[in-house]
Amino acid sequence: MNKKYKDKKITMAHGSGGKASSDLITDIFVNTFNNDYLATMEDQARFDMPAGQLALTTDSYVVSPIFFKGGDIGKLAITGTVNDLAMSGAKPLYLTCGLILEEGFPIETLDRIIKSMQKTAEEAGVKVVCGDTKVVEKGSADQIFINTAGVGVIAEGVDIHSYSAKLGDKIIVNGYIGDHGATIMQSRAELAISADIDSDCQVLNHLVQKILSVSDNIHSLRDATRGGVATVLNEIANDSKVMITIVEDTLPVRVPTRGVCEILGLDPLYLANEGTLVCVVAAEDADLVLKTMRQTKEGENACIIGEVTDGPEGIVALTTLFGGTKIIDKLIGDQLPRIC
Amino acid sequence: MKYVDEFRDPEQAKKILKEIDKLCSEIELKEDRPIQIMEVCGGHTHSIFRYGLNQLLPKKLEFVHGPGCPVCVLPRSVVDNCILIAKHDDVIFTTFGDAMRVPGSSQSLLDIKAEGSDIRMVYSPLDALTIAQKNPDKRVVFFGLGFETTMPSTALSLMQAKKQGVENFYLFCNHITIIPTIKAVLDSPGMRIDGFLGPGHVSLIIGTKPYDFIADDYHKPLVAAGFEPLDILQSVWMILKQLKNGEAIIENQYSRLVHEEGNASALAPIQEVFELREFFEWRGLGSINHSGVKVNDKYKEFDAEVEFDLKEVTVTDPDVCQCGEVLKGVLKPWQCKVFGKECTPEKPLGALMVSTEGACSAQYSYGLNIDLITKK
Repeated sequence: MNKKYKDKKITMAHGSGGKASSDLITDIFVNTFNNDYLATMEDQARFDMPAGQLALTTDSYVVSPIFFKGGDIGKLAITGTVNDLAMSGAKPLYLTCGLILEEGFPIETLDRIIKSMQKTAEEAGVKVVCGDTKVVEKGSADQIFINTAGVGVIAEGVDIHSYSAKLGDKIIVNGYIGDHGATIMQSRAELAISADIDSDCQVLNHLVQKILSVSDNIHSLRDATRGGVATVLNEIANDSKVMITIVEDTLPVRVPTRGVCEILGLDPLYLANEGTLVCVVAAEDADLVLKTMRQTKEGENACIIGEVTDGPEGIVALTTLFGGTKIIDKLIGDQLPRIC
Repeated sequence: MKYVDEFRDPEQAKKILKEIDKLCSEIELKEDRPIQIMEVCGGHTHSIFRYGLNQLLPKKLEFVHGPGCPVCVLPRSVVDNCILIAKHDDVIFTTFGDAMRVPGSSQSLLDIKAEGSDIRMVYSPLDALTIAQKNPDKRVVFFGLGFETTMPSTALSLMQAKKQGVENFYLFCNHITIIPTIKAVLDSPGMRIDGFLGPGHVSLIIGTKPYDFIADDYHKPLVAAGFEPLDILQSVWMILKQLKNGEAIIENQYSRLVHEEGNASALAPIQEVFELREFFEWRGLGSINHSGVKVNDKYKEFDAEVEFDLKEVTVTDPDVCQCGEVLKGVLKPWQCKVFGKECTPEKPLGALMVSTEGACSAQYSYGLNIDLITKK
């Protein structure tokens, strides 16, 4: 990083559009994101799109703390938007980056975050092609908020929707669930617990392209972010007008994540993930898709957790360890920890 | 996971369930109704639904979800008082998480947090004390609630505040005691409970001796029970065995934690800081004598009731609410007139719908459509 920013903080001048703004944009953003689209410094990025249907998405990132085990707000801002695009089967291409910075935010920290964004963008094979920076007075925002929008292209013949799950389909997740939520919970300063968990924060577009290359029968894909796997399953069951049954002893949950959940009275099914997807696939292709996922780094712990079953529409049920059944309902409000 | 999976072993569960089935078939039903076991504690209610235990037990046996969810029995007037305190500009109001959504007369703590009041979720009263030490220009109030389980840590935080000379820390004390509550259930008209699963973590503090009257005077069995599925099943089995043999004694299934005499070092701070209230108003159950504690004179400078000059106001439950009947086991959650209609976890009318330990919320979240599926 340019030495002139050492120990310096964001001031209102950095958002004023004057010299401080343009220096910051050049030194931190243009140099790091380093691509011809951004380097033109015009009010918009211009690019050609390959043939096919376009997918467009946007998401804002406000995580606290901004650095956590396994990631940071910058990495999250790329993975979240890339993954949202990938869940349509799209190949993500270009992203935007809008920042809201709180006055007094250390410029070195900003630089770390932007470098992390670029590293993740490279992993995903996408380019950050335009951006915007606003500074608000101290107290008007919590350090840094990031918005990214992304555009991608869906190849012909790919038709994946949350309304496409069918009776008999298998439900696959690509790895351990709840790690991101548990990491964030335990890294909040007011909870004096510590467990050896990293966020699952990762891009999933390569994994999705791999499974699309072996199966034409992938019906639904969703990344299980806020509200966790339980919420995504409920949305698929609702949209597809089917019942989904998952089996408790097949759910992949790491021991430390279970531990955090046991102590805080939370359910890993409802914890946020940032690199975990739910894939609904026709039964005849399930084993092949599972095998393909397991050959990737992002999917090495993939497993089948349930299936679309005959029953009332919009219901997600769980077969408990003891063979009982319980409903996995939509989350109401936040998960609030229990007293005792 | 060690020390957890052992208590969730499906094979062991099957064995106990078989024994429970056998015992149940040997017990003759009275008055042509199922055997009713009340789990006093909300933690048990949560486990029963979480593991689907209610569906695995024979039809002749049913759980009645008792009054042991401290959040659920909070009267609206207490929440109103919390809001009065929290609305002061110089107050940081600290509370356990699941108390935030409990509805008062018109608002909950979550509502006024959104309006700008400084309300913070803590896991321990000691965290609240730390907040007080870090914010000397603020008055920091801890909303103390729960049964004997959470009393010692609240008491210790006041003792520590006194020792360290912290002058901006206050307790809004709404701790409640279990024994008068069980007695109120036993004395209520139409009471049909055949036996009790005793609250494990309350018993860890108070021991099992205080339950003796349940066996001696009311001739009902009680088994102090742990919270894992095998704990609960084993305790049910122990109660059934007593019922079959016509016995009524106090037993301890949770012996890895609970001792007959309780825990002296947890009881001492309770004695040091608290005194019994003449009565305490419960949501759904009404006023119960000596069922709550307050800060005693020795610690009066930490008492939020004194500091904020709180008045005792009684706010009755909405007329349509039948929380009381559900708490006493007379009605099942779904038999309440407003269950799942006007009263849902999203917009709870009655307190039983608020916490995941509340009988109605658990029933709604885990069991609302269960018949639809299991009858298939």
